[in-house]
Amino acid sequence: MAFHWRWDFTWDILPQLAMGALNTLLAAVLGYLIAMVIGLGFALLQRTGIWTLNRLVREVVEFIRSTPLVLQIFFVFYVGPQFGLTLMPWTAGMIAIGLHYASYLSEVYRGALDAIPRGQWEACRALNLSPQRTYAGVILPQAVPAALPGMGNYLIGIFKDTPMLSVIGVAELMHTANAIGGNNYRYLEPYTLVGLIFLLISLPAAFGIRRFESWVRRALGMGRGH
Amino acid sequence: MSYLEFLEEFGARYLDGSLITLIQAVCSSILAIAIAATMGLMRLSHLWGVRAIATCYVEFFRGTSLLVQLYWIYYVLPLFGVPLDNFTAGILGVGMNLGAYGAELVRGGIQSVPRGQYEAAIALNMSPIGRMRRVIMPQAILNMLPPWGTLLIELLKGTALVSLISVADLMFEAKQINGSTYLSAQAFGTALVIYYIMARLIITPLMRWSETLLSRRMGRA
Repeated sequence: MAFHWRWDFTWDILPQLAMGALNTLLAAVLGYLIAMVIGLGFALLQRTGIWTLNRLVREVVEFIRSTPLVLQIFFVFYVGPQFGLTLMPWTAGMIAIGLHYASYLSEVYRGALDAIPRGQWEACRALNLSPQRTYAGVILPQAVPAALPGMGNYLIGIFKDTPMLSVIGVAELMHTANAIGGNNYRYLEPYTLVGLIFLLISLPAAFGIRRFESWVRRALGMGRGH
Repeated sequence: MSYLEFLEEFGARYLDGSLITLIQAVCSSILAIAIAATMGLMRLSHLWGVRAIATCYVEFFRGTSLLVQLYWIYYVLPLFGVPLDNFTAGILGVGMNLGAYGAELVRGGIQSVPRGQYEAAIALNMSPIGRMRRVIMPQAILNMLPPWGTLLIELLKGTALVSLISVADLMFEAKQINGSTYLSAQAFGTALVIYYIMARLIITPLMRWSETLLSRRMGRA
């Protein structure tokens, strides 16, 4: 089999790959939502003031961050059945990727919260603001713009890591391409198209996220005067 | 089977796998650093064409995912008459991918050196190469060491993917052991702990150590 691009084959497989791409996007968005929530939990649990708890959560986050995602996906998928709890590939995949990115996002949140000067907290206390108003009116408007670049990078990061879900049989783009390649003994078109689809989505997404960041920064900058 | 028995039976295979993972990580780090230095400097070139080549490289490798690149290198590149064994394909894939991320760190590191340093070097009549080697680079490298530590951990994690093109690394051994024993928690858990130890007990201290060494040589510590 030599290099010979077949257009008819390309058109044949494109609809299947498009479906796979949709599943990839779905996996990225779902995983990211889970990561945002759990990540916030990780970040807040490190600010409780209970030393052992802070330390423990810190180590858990470090552990998840420093070990390979693909191994974590296998771990979550296969360990359940060993103890009588069978997970669907989608469920296991979302738990694994959600937890992995939660550990990244918690670092982003933590950095953004730590970057707020002490004086801001003290001023809120001096003005006798309720915790809700402290967060909603003072802390978050400053922390959110600081967190956005990191959050945007990880949104694209999670999208690019979803192909790893194919190893446990989540029917996303990479899995679809593997199946097509295996059935037809042609890997040139499916794998090349997967690469192109990734580029076509991630480059405009990166651009869009930059635009969104500057928009938020401007919107919050104007809204701060009252 | 108790965990100790498990380790006794499979410990040797975990060691073999770890060794392959370390070799993969070291080789692809060298490749990644070489690519990062070249592409990072090219991104700062005054020549439009040179800058464009480096930008394309970086955007291409950061825009697609490592797994896709690995499969492409291993399954598609042979069709163009470049047959690669899986070991080399793994090193190439991981090194080229992480090299693209590294290039951005190199560019950022050099740009973070204050303009006054360039101007002082020019005022002292240093040659462009001497200026780079003796004034700019030492400061740039010191600035980029912490993010490089993170990147090298990413690289170590990336090497786990080479198991999917059948390189017998740590991840691969864990999968095999899981397949033959069905002791998933032990099989994958052990591998997770080994990866963690490599990251925290080898890479992190190594980066700390080079940071202190370098800052001491620059009279900052």
